[in-house]
Amino acid sequence: FTGLADVSISEDIPVEGEITVPVGSHSPDEDYSTLDEPVRDTIMRDLKAVGKKFVHVLYPKKSSALLRDWDLWGPLVLCVSLALMLQGGSADSKDDGGPQFAEVFVIIWFGAVVITLNSKLLGGTISFFQSLCVLGYCVLPLTVAMLVCRLVLLAGSGTISFIIRLVVVVAMFGWSTLASTAFLADSQPPNRKALVVYPIFLFYFVISWMILTFTPQ
Amino acid sequence: AGPSAMSAPGAAAGGGSRSGAAEWGGFEDNMQGGGSAVIDMENMDDTSGSSFEDMGEMHQRMKEEEEEEAEGEAGAAEEEDGEFLGMKGLRGQLGRQVADQMWQVGKRQASRAFSLYANIDILRPYFDVEPVQVRARLLESMIPVKMINFPQKIAGELYGPLMLVFTLVAILLHGMKTSDTIIREGTLMGTAIGTCFGYWLGVSSFIYFLAYLCNAQITMVQMLSLLGYGLFGHCITLFVTYNIHFHSLFYIFWLVVGGLSTLRMVAVLVSRTVGHTQRLILCGTLAALHMLFLLYLHFAYHKVVEGILDTLEGPNMPPFQRVARDIPVVSNAVLNTTAKAVALTL
Repeated sequence: FTGLADVSISEDIPVEGEITVPVGSHSPDEDYSTLDEPVRDTIMRDLKAVGKKFVHVLYPKKSSALLRDWDLWGPLVLCVSLALMLQGGSADSKDDGGPQFAEVFVIIWFGAVVITLNSKLLGGTISFFQSLCVLGYCVLPLTVAMLVCRLVLLAGSGTISFIIRLVVVVAMFGWSTLASTAFLADSQPPNRKALVVYPIFLFYFVISWMILTFTPQ
Repeated sequence: AGPSAMSAPGAAAGGGSRSGAAEWGGFEDNMQGGGSAVIDMENMDDTSGSSFEDMGEMHQRMKEEEEEEAEGEAGAAEEEDGEFLGMKGLRGQLGRQVADQMWQVGKRQASRAFSLYANIDILRPYFDVEPVQVRARLLESMIPVKMINFPQKIAGELYGPLMLVFTLVAILLHGMKTSDTIIREGTLMGTAIGTCFGYWLGVSSFIYFLAYLCNAQITMVQMLSLLGYGLFGHCITLFVTYNIHFHSLFYIFWLVVGGLSTLRMVAVLVSRTVGHTQRLILCGTLAALHMLFLLYLHFAYHKVVEGILDTLEGPNMPPFQRVARDIPVVSNAVLNTTAKAVALTL
């Protein structure tokens, strides 16, 4: 910092401007008043935020709503419901769906963490939790695919049902990948988008594989 | 800011400490960071994170600060009285200040260690690649080099190898699907991840150790990178042969594709080693491990998986859920339907 000691402003250039403190908007009042509002309002506000993000995933325009206010409620709900629906795929009903639930959970979160670390290491400007939020929300199409697969499997498990399930899962897999790419690739330097998209592709491929190969007993 | 803060109290307290500051002055110029707790990543070398050196630094700095405090306390008094006062006040102010400094030093050391080891920026240089480079290196990993008298360059990059290991995991899972050995996805997933990462990290470490014994010029990151890119051949082979179940096709791919990627790794290692015996040991081991791993993945991996399933499920297994992997036994009809179903999958 010793070089800065030489810097000086010459006296014939007037230094002028305005220092104004922006008038506090109503937000401090609102912050205080959220303590007094009924619990239903608080819950509905969070639910609406989660629902808005779901809509953003289903129609991935280039908005930054998912990135700006990240929350992990949606990913948690999706992950738990996906893991629950993947239960009962084991041959024996007598013992654990336990490890399967834990495995799905761990794979989704561990995979999301790895992709986030990878995109940060490649020079991305997105924060850790924002990336987790986006990846978690984009599991929504695959959860829908799981639901459809279970319904189709109720009807029967022949070749036709396999074809239907295959088409649905592949379509949802493409949708998930495109949705998450739309949000995440913007935060990367432009020539490295492919490097970030590939692990996301692998991640959703593994989840789609788990869904497609699900066979109830 | 560090050195100036050190010298100011020294100047204020009188002549005795000035020589002290001059004595330590030589050290301070060499000390990294010059007394500040911020780690300058550019000056990082391998020894700067070792606690041995940190302890030495901390000890010096504590001694300096204690001396300053003792002399600051003595202030106006004569030197003998100053020392006397210092000793008397051990339980009082000086004691508190020493305890305070111990706490500060400990906190600084802990936060320095944390910011050193938990810093993701350590890995950042290894991920600094462009897609074009990755593609070029993938293709190069199949082409053996001819010039073995001149050390070949190995890019110390970890993105490509990491993605190849994950791809191999995905291909293994896909392979299990086409052979219908899926009963419990969880255990198989863990096995797949464990096998691939275990091979990559374990064999890299082992070959690095052998390279150390054989005086080969290769670093750990370069070894990880080399072996990781060598898995590209494995990925291709397994991807093709899991979808087209012919043993003879697999053997051809094993020899050609596996052989090419092994030859490339071997050639690079040979170019970096001197001496016939050393070259033989190193390259023989690597070639054997690499080719045998591919063989294992194709044949024995499914037997291991089936072994796990056997021990987990017990005897009352419905027979239609297990499909044998012996192709000659399976009739043509089953083979055709398998191929059709798999072609649909693709």
